[in-house]
Amino acid sequence: MENTNKKYWKGVEELKNDIGFVKNANREFNLDDIETVEPTHRRDFLKVLGFSMAAVSLAACDAPVRKAIPYLNKPESVEPGIPNWYASTYAEGGDYCSILVKTREGRPVKIEGNKLSSVTKGAVSARVHASVLSLYDNEKLKAPKKGSSDIKWEDLDKEVIAALSKGGNIRIVSNTILSPTTKKVVADFIAKYPSAKHVTYDANSSYAIVQANETSFGQAIIPSYDFSKASVIVGINADFLGTWIAPNTFAGQWAETRKVSSAKGGKRTMSRHFQFETGLTITGASADYRGMIKPSQEGTLVLALYNKVAAALGGKVVGGAAIEVQNLDKCAKDLIAAKGSALVVSGSNDLAVQTIVNALNSLLGSYGSTIDLGTPINYRQGNDAEMTAFINEVKAGQINTAIFLSNPVYDHARGTELGDALSKVATSISFADRADETASKCKYIAPAPHYLESWNDAEPRKGFFSLTQPTISLIFNTRQAQSSLLTWAGLNADYQAYLKSNWTKNILSGKSWVQALHDGVYEPGAGTAASSANFGGNIDVAAGEIAKTKGSGIEVSIYESVAIGTGLQANNPWLQEMPDPISKVTWENVIAVSQKTATEQGIAQGDWAKVTVAGKSIELPVLIQPGQANGTISIALGYGRTAAGKSGNTGENVYPWISNGKYWASDAKIEKTKDGYTLPQTQTHSTVMGRTAVVQESVLGEYVNNVKAGRFEPKIETSEGEKSPYQITLWNGHEKKNHSWGMVIDLNSCTGCGSCLVSCQAENNVAVVGKAEVARAREMHWIRIDRYYSSEMTHDEALAEKGIIGGFQALEVAAENPEVVFQPMMCQHCSNAPCETVCPVLATTHSSEGLNQMTYNRCIGTRYCANNCPYKVRRFNWFKYFENDNFDFNMNNDLGRMVLNPDVTVRSRGVIEKCSMCVQRIQAGKLTAKKERRRPVDGEIQTACSQSCPTNAITFGDMLDPESQISKVLEVEKEGRAFNVLEEINVKPQMSYLVKIRNKDGVVKAAKAEKKEEHHS
Amino acid sequence: MENNSSVVLQSEKVGVLHLYINMIRKFYKSILALAVVVSISLGNATAQDSTSAASAAPAAGAGGDVAKGEGLFKNNCAQCHAVTAEVVVGPGLAGIEERRDYAWLKKWINNPMGVIGSGDKYANELYAKYNKTQMTAFGAFGDDEVKAILAYVKSAAAPKVEGPVDPNKVTQPAETGGGKFINVILISLLVIMALVLVALLGILQLLNRLSGGESLESSASFGEKLKASFKNIAANKTVRSAIVWAFILLATKATFDGMYGIGVHQGYAPKQPIAFSHKLHAGEMKINCAYCHTGVYKGKQSGIPSANICMNCHNAIKRESPEIQKIYSAIESNKPIEWVRVHNLPDLAYFNHAQHTNVGGLECKNCHGEIEKMEVVQQRSSLTMGWCIDCHRKSEVNGKDNGYYTKLMEAHSLVSKGAMKVQDNGGLECAKCHY
Repeated sequence: MENTNKKYWKGVEELKNDIGFVKNANREFNLDDIETVEPTHRRDFLKVLGFSMAAVSLAACDAPVRKAIPYLNKPESVEPGIPNWYASTYAEGGDYCSILVKTREGRPVKIEGNKLSSVTKGAVSARVHASVLSLYDNEKLKAPKKGSSDIKWEDLDKEVIAALSKGGNIRIVSNTILSPTTKKVVADFIAKYPSAKHVTYDANSSYAIVQANETSFGQAIIPSYDFSKASVIVGINADFLGTWIAPNTFAGQWAETRKVSSAKGGKRTMSRHFQFETGLTITGASADYRGMIKPSQEGTLVLALYNKVAAALGGKVVGGAAIEVQNLDKCAKDLIAAKGSALVVSGSNDLAVQTIVNALNSLLGSYGSTIDLGTPINYRQGNDAEMTAFINEVKAGQINTAIFLSNPVYDHARGTELGDALSKVATSISFADRADETASKCKYIAPAPHYLESWNDAEPRKGFFSLTQPTISLIFNTRQAQSSLLTWAGLNADYQAYLKSNWTKNILSGKSWVQALHDGVYEPGAGTAASSANFGGNIDVAAGEIAKTKGSGIEVSIYESVAIGTGLQANNPWLQEMPDPISKVTWENVIAVSQKTATEQGIAQGDWAKVTVAGKSIELPVLIQPGQANGTISIALGYGRTAAGKSGNTGENVYPWISNGKYWASDAKIEKTKDGYTLPQTQTHSTVMGRTAVVQESVLGEYVNNVKAGRFEPKIETSEGEKSPYQITLWNGHEKKNHSWGMVIDLNSCTGCGSCLVSCQAENNVAVVGKAEVARAREMHWIRIDRYYSSEMTHDEALAEKGIIGGFQALEVAAENPEVVFQPMMCQHCSNAPCETVCPVLATTHSSEGLNQMTYNRCIGTRYCANNCPYKVRRFNWFKYFENDNFDFNMNNDLGRMVLNPDVTVRSRGVIEKCSMCVQRIQAGKLTAKKERRRPVDGEIQTACSQSCPTNAITFGDMLDPESQISKVLEVEKEGRAFNVLEEINVKPQMSYLVKIRNKDGVVKAAKAEKKEEHHS
Repeated sequence: MENNSSVVLQSEKVGVLHLYINMIRKFYKSILALAVVVSISLGNATAQDSTSAASAAPAAGAGGDVAKGEGLFKNNCAQCHAVTAEVVVGPGLAGIEERRDYAWLKKWINNPMGVIGSGDKYANELYAKYNKTQMTAFGAFGDDEVKAILAYVKSAAAPKVEGPVDPNKVTQPAETGGGKFINVILISLLVIMALVLVALLGILQLLNRLSGGESLESSASFGEKLKASFKNIAANKTVRSAIVWAFILLATKATFDGMYGIGVHQGYAPKQPIAFSHKLHAGEMKINCAYCHTGVYKGKQSGIPSANICMNCHNAIKRESPEIQKIYSAIESNKPIEWVRVHNLPDLAYFNHAQHTNVGGLECKNCHGEIEKMEVVQQRSSLTMGWCIDCHRKSEVNGKDNGYYTKLMEAHSLVSKGAMKVQDNGGLECAKCHY
């Protein structure tokens, strides 16, 4: 890019000018399979024309008989057409989010964050957004099952109680249960059947943290972390912005430390974030300095870091192997300087590593400041040892009854063993919502409803409670697991009453139940000061263990992906089609490998390879991943399900490669099996046609002195001298008298997590197109998050230093550990919109409120607008994506269509669609204000993306309202970080972006090269 | 999508028609202006009097807001009570404040069954007199609301004083009234012109004969002459081609008109499963529309009433009627009543009742016609896009006392003399209705 003279690229294909990439780069639409279709003959055309004319006139002559069916007895609170909101809680497999559920006519259609919660503060992740679609999954069980046949609840209860009464070992197996009341139910059940025991495990285990805190501080807990208080943050294979423990909370805290302001005397400080990791994660992408390690080096790295810090701060130095990692010394230096406000986290599930991390944090004085042992978080309560013992017991035939609240046959490393041995268990029962991998091997399935149909509670953090309430009546003949357990324990099965009485007696301490239910949260624990403790762990033993850990050969890192996670919601097409934030691959997991290792192994992108670890092989496509540590590959968990459903059974399962709680493996063998495959990857779609100044960035060192650091301000030569493009125009512009809606997107806070993308999909009825269509670059998402790689090595610099050939080679080397910028890109609502001028039928026009409007019913599908759009944000409906068996996703069945937003048209084949800036919400917000005879208040109207952003990177509002947040930000940043993308083409977008600032020392070496030739691009 | 294209065409057609209509309108208006001048000069004295009377009216309301009371009364009370002494379902309310004191009334309105239960003699007698029909409790009404209602009852029961003419409400009827009158004049003018033409032709013929020196008795018979002239005309190429062209043009127009009509179901009046009469309920019983169509001021849909709303009255009234029995059986069998939808907009068009009724201040009949006279409801308006747009072009924004519009109206008055129309505030933009 001209401003910093950095080289940016979107994918390896672009950097290397891959043939396929070049071929498609200048085409709007992939027409490969369209061109092969037989051309229509004139006579056929006339026949069809005649027939359709006749059909139209016939069909249109009769008045349509449409029914209007009112309620028999309308509930007082429901008014058709007006949404109702309920506070509730998402707590699945230990992931937590306090939410508000929007219901229309008694059906949930959208999830938003609950700002009353001080735990999640209104942040909602992509997975939580998508969970509303899982509610309407028609592949779920419709009634209880015994084997493969239906059974009545009464009969099931009788048989189960009879089996339980026989005695013998009873085990209840679950993932982390956040609900105190559910745990009480389990306790009641155990009281009735004393031979019962509750076994908890986590698919992505953090048991080592619990263990380490027990040995270090005598508390078997995970403490709460507060990233907002940290001035130096170090993450070691801990993707805390994407997947590690509680990203919803951590991302918000992290972002607080990353906000800067160009105002006079504004905040110009940022936390400094180091990340050491194997694969490139969104946390690593957002870090200021990033180093690459092999998974086997986690311990060595932590120990080296500890020793460096200990040497300076007077801690005990222990022996450890030497390690060469980029930025390690700098990291140690900054940590020492930031004593008292530093935070080191590790995602390792190795007790020794976590012990050293505790020792390091203790040395840095993090306990009591950034880490609070007093209010532990409950997200991960799994106990790997107990689970292993349970599987051994099953194999030994010692278990009489096993009750599953989770799916260990799929999501546990020894799942296959467990599955094979389940026949030895006399009575096995699953509460799964479908006949999943575990349930299909169980005698009985007592399906539990979705959380949006259920009562429950959660305690994500000690003293922070929240409630789950049903937002729809039961869709199928299901029963909550808690009710089932109560029934079998011979107690009153009314879980709602049980919950309420437990809260009134034990939790609320006299406070109002109705208020708690209304707010969704009750937080007596808020406001307590962070507590610390003295480190009492044994670092010598830990160092000894670390020294024993050796990796060899190609190491495999097994990680949780942002979209699919542990595979719990694998059958959710929204999540499957959500591009991975880094690789941008959809619908499957891949073998991520660095360029160097790939070359060594003789594989390339587009190949499929067979990876074998300890005799277990899987075959997956290869992805060249810049930023992947050499000598390693990364493969995501959560794929390869066999009984999830039509959308979920994709990719390969790597759970079996986890051994002894270790989420990595050594000595992987890689063999190329086939080539010529096109990955369903979205990033290199919709290129910006060689235009360059798209993302703009700088470093804090420069920004402190110059608020315009990193800004590219194009100038146009005119007869009257240089002018900014906005000063010379052919356009008349559009007058905005009432509102001028716009957004400001802070590139500094965007972590690329994809929450906005799924939120937008849910709000705007965006169709799912499937893997094959994504591979053809026909995804329909209205907002995409562009991910750009770059390196400090600049183009000119490389050429100057190394000559032409050597220079380009240097650039490729630099690509090994690139810097990453995320840029959410949606319709920019240009005031001088190029799309509007080329539409032959005026289907896309401009509103007086600054919106670029798209009228589907006028559109005839010429696609001129998409061709003329400089931002490539227009999407074409190549097919009718609803009621079409070729696109058998949620829009192809009645149940799945219940998720559609009734205020947004479902687009048909042959029309263009794009971001409408959630015009339906703007209209609704304006109407509310008008009804109350006032102007809309800032913040009252939010777009789906701005509302869902966990880091508040997107600010939406009325730029004509001087009191609005957006006006205030722009006022300050107008002469600072705010820029329009492609300012030089004078399309005057309503969307502004704020320059990304990295907290790096020094000054970018950027040679401010002359940019004359760029002006005409 | 086929429907849409016709909708679009429809709007263009309406646009052309508009030119003509507007021309005629201009003519009407000039006459109307004359009429207005005359009427103003006649009505000046009375208008001044009435203004002072009306401004005095709220003061008479004993602290209650009459306008607010009117709204509350019409939405909540008018279904069962009249402001006169007439009995609707419950007693007429004229002079209610003389009969009962305020404290009793407040208690009664908030919780009638409570008052009856407390053994209040008057209340129990009232209950018995009206066949033990329970009055709906309005627990949410505070002093303000009750006082407002009472103030309205008092003012409405008092002999009517002619108020000042509300410009919003009266312009339309005045225009249509004027239109009818002018139609009569026009038709009579046409008749006169026709008579004059005939007379002139007669004179012309007479003059021709006289000037030609022909004898008054003609040689050939009238029939023969006529035949000859027809032959002449038929042989004339110009005439023939003119006729052919006229025919083609007419046929084309008929075809287009027919096609414009596709998908337009004006006059659609399907038979409903229950022979519900709006004429009876809305017309004779004067039940406010919003009593049954509860969403009409709040949301997108006006809403079809659920059976429990019917039962508010029909648990006491006409229970034996076979039509009412259908509601009972629906409730008993737990099967909702499947009404046939009369007004169908295509899915691609977004329409919100609240915007038009609550904010825009339109009456239901502006679009739905005189529902109170319809035994079976029919679609009165065409519901085409042209129809919508037409209204958005003509209608003024109802910005009075609405903080949303205050500044917009001020800004508009600076640049334009005319009132702010809906189109001036983006009322013609696509994304107001299509998204």
